[in-house]
Amino acid sequence: MNPRLRWRKFVSNFMLTMTCCCALIAVSVLFFILGNLVYHGGTSINWNFFTKLPVPVGETGGGMANAIVGSAKLLLLATLFGVPIGFLGAVYLAEFSGSKVAFVVRYAADLLNGAPSIVIGIFAFTLVVHPFKHFSTFAGGVALGIMMIPITLRSTEQFLLSVPRNLREGAMALGASKWKTIATVVVPAAYRGILTAILLAFARVAGETAPLIFTALGNSYWSHGWNQPTASLPVVIWNYALSAYDDWHRQAWAAGLVLLALILVINIVARAILSRGISVPRA
Amino acid sequence: MHASVRQAVSVNITPPVMNAATRESMAPAELRMTVSKLNFWYGSKQTLFDINLGIATNKVTALIGPSGCGKSTLLRTLNRMHETVRNARLDGEILLDGKNILSQDVTQLRRRVGMVFQRPNPFPKSIFENVAYGLRINGSKLPMAEAVEKSLRHAALWDEVKDQLHKSAYDLSGGQQQRLCIARALAVEPEVLLLDEPCSALDPISTAKIEELLVQLKDLCTIVTVTHNMQQAARISDFTAFLLIGQLIEFSPTPHLFTTPSDARTEAYITGRFG
Repeated sequence: MNPRLRWRKFVSNFMLTMTCCCALIAVSVLFFILGNLVYHGGTSINWNFFTKLPVPVGETGGGMANAIVGSAKLLLLATLFGVPIGFLGAVYLAEFSGSKVAFVVRYAADLLNGAPSIVIGIFAFTLVVHPFKHFSTFAGGVALGIMMIPITLRSTEQFLLSVPRNLREGAMALGASKWKTIATVVVPAAYRGILTAILLAFARVAGETAPLIFTALGNSYWSHGWNQPTASLPVVIWNYALSAYDDWHRQAWAAGLVLLALILVINIVARAILSRGISVPRA
Repeated sequence: MHASVRQAVSVNITPPVMNAATRESMAPAELRMTVSKLNFWYGSKQTLFDINLGIATNKVTALIGPSGCGKSTLLRTLNRMHETVRNARLDGEILLDGKNILSQDVTQLRRRVGMVFQRPNPFPKSIFENVAYGLRINGSKLPMAEAVEKSLRHAALWDEVKDQLHKSAYDLSGGQQQRLCIARALAVEPEVLLLDEPCSALDPISTAKIEELLVQLKDLCTIVTVTHNMQQAARISDFTAFLLIGQLIEFSPTPHLFTTPSDARTEAYITGRFG
C-alpha cells in the first residue's frame, strides 16, 4: 500500500473514532446523571417521602409532601397563566398579523426564551412580590408562566403554520368566517402538535429553580391557598444539597429522582402523541 | 350589453359575448351569474382585463386556456375567494341572481356559491363530519344524518362509504376524497358550484367518475369548472370560455367553440399549436 493511501486510511479511521467517542460522551452524560440519581435517590425514596412534612435536622424520616404539592400548584398556575397567552398569541401571529409585526413578536419571544431564568425571577419579584409585600405561590406561578409563554407561542405558531392553506380555503369556501375556520379546522388539525408543545413547555419549567427563589421562596410547612410562600421540589433540592447533613443530601437525591422521572414521563408522552402523526398528511 | 344583462337576469336570453352565428343557433338560457367589465390585479400586476361573461343556469360552463391565463383567478372571484389573498383587488360587477355579490355578506355568498379545489382537501375529520361541516357552521336545523346521506348520494359516493362513515376521510382514495369534497360542497345546497381543475390530481378512472358526476349535477345546480384539459371541456360542458393572458378571447356553446371557433387564437389553442 502506498504511504499516501495509508495516511488517508489512518486519518479516516482516526476521525471516525473521534466522532464516535464524542457521540458516546454526549449520551453518557445523561446516563451518568440518570444512573447516579437512581442509585442515590432510589435508596432514599420511600412512602414517607411522598406523605410526610420535612422534619428538623437531627430527626430522621420526614418527607417532601409539601414541596410536591407546592410544585404541582405552581405548575398549575404557570400553565393557566402561560399557555393561554402563548396559544392565543400564536394564533394571532400565524393567522392575522402582518410580516413586520410577526417578525418583531417572534424576535421578542426568542429573546424572552433565551433570557436567564433568574432575570425572569427578578421580574416577577418586582411585578408581584414587591407590590403585595410577600412571597407567594401566585408569584412563583407567574414567574414560571412567563417562561412558558415564548415556548408555547413559538412552537404553537409553527404547528399552525404547517396546516395546509387548502384546508383553510375549504372551510372558507363553505361560508366559514376566519375565526370559525381557525376554531373548527386549523386548530383541530394542529392539536397534537400544540399539545406536545404545551407538554414540553411544562417539562421545561418543572425543573426551574432560580425564578422560584425570588417568588415562591420556600416553606417548611404546608402552604395554604395561593398567597403564602410555598416549598417546591427544585428549591428544596437546592437548599438540601447545599446543607451539611447527610440525611438532607439523601432527601435531595430522592427529590431529584422524582423530578427527573416526572420530566422524563412528560417527554415520552409528548413524543408518543406527536409520533401518532400530525393529523394532516402533507399535501 | 351591460344594461341588457342586468335587465335580463330573470328573463330568457343567450349568454353574452357571442358571435351572431352562435347566437342564432343556441337555445335561450337563463343566466345565474353575470360578470361585467371585470378587471383584476395582484398588487400592481393586472391579471384579468375587462371580462364579460354570463353563467347559464343549470348548465356546465368550462373555463379553458393555457397556464397563467387567469382562468382560476376568474373562477375565484365568483365566490370572492380571491379576498383570501393579500393585495388582490378587482373592479367591475359580478351579479348572482341580479344582485351584486361584492356588496353582500361574504359568508352568505359562499354558502350559495360553493367551491371544489384542485387537490382534494377533506378536513382531518370523519367522512360524516366532513359532509356535515357546512351544515353545522351554518347552524342548520336539518336532520344531519339524512342531509349527509343525500349529499353523498348526489356525489355518487354513498355506496362506497355508507359502512364507514365514521372513519377518517384520509382513508379514502384521492378520487373518493375529491367526491367527498363535492359532497361537502353540495351539503349546503349551493346554487352555483365552482370547480378549480377538480381532476388534475386524479387518475383517469377517478377523472371519468367525476366528469360523469358533474354532468348529472347540472340538474341540481349551476356548474363552472376550470380545466386545462380541452377534451374534458368538450365532453362535459355546455358553454366554453377561452381565456388568454387575462382576456376573454371567445365564449360560445361548447360544440361551436371546438368545431367552428371564430377567433384565430382559439383555433390555434384547440388544435394544439400552443399552450
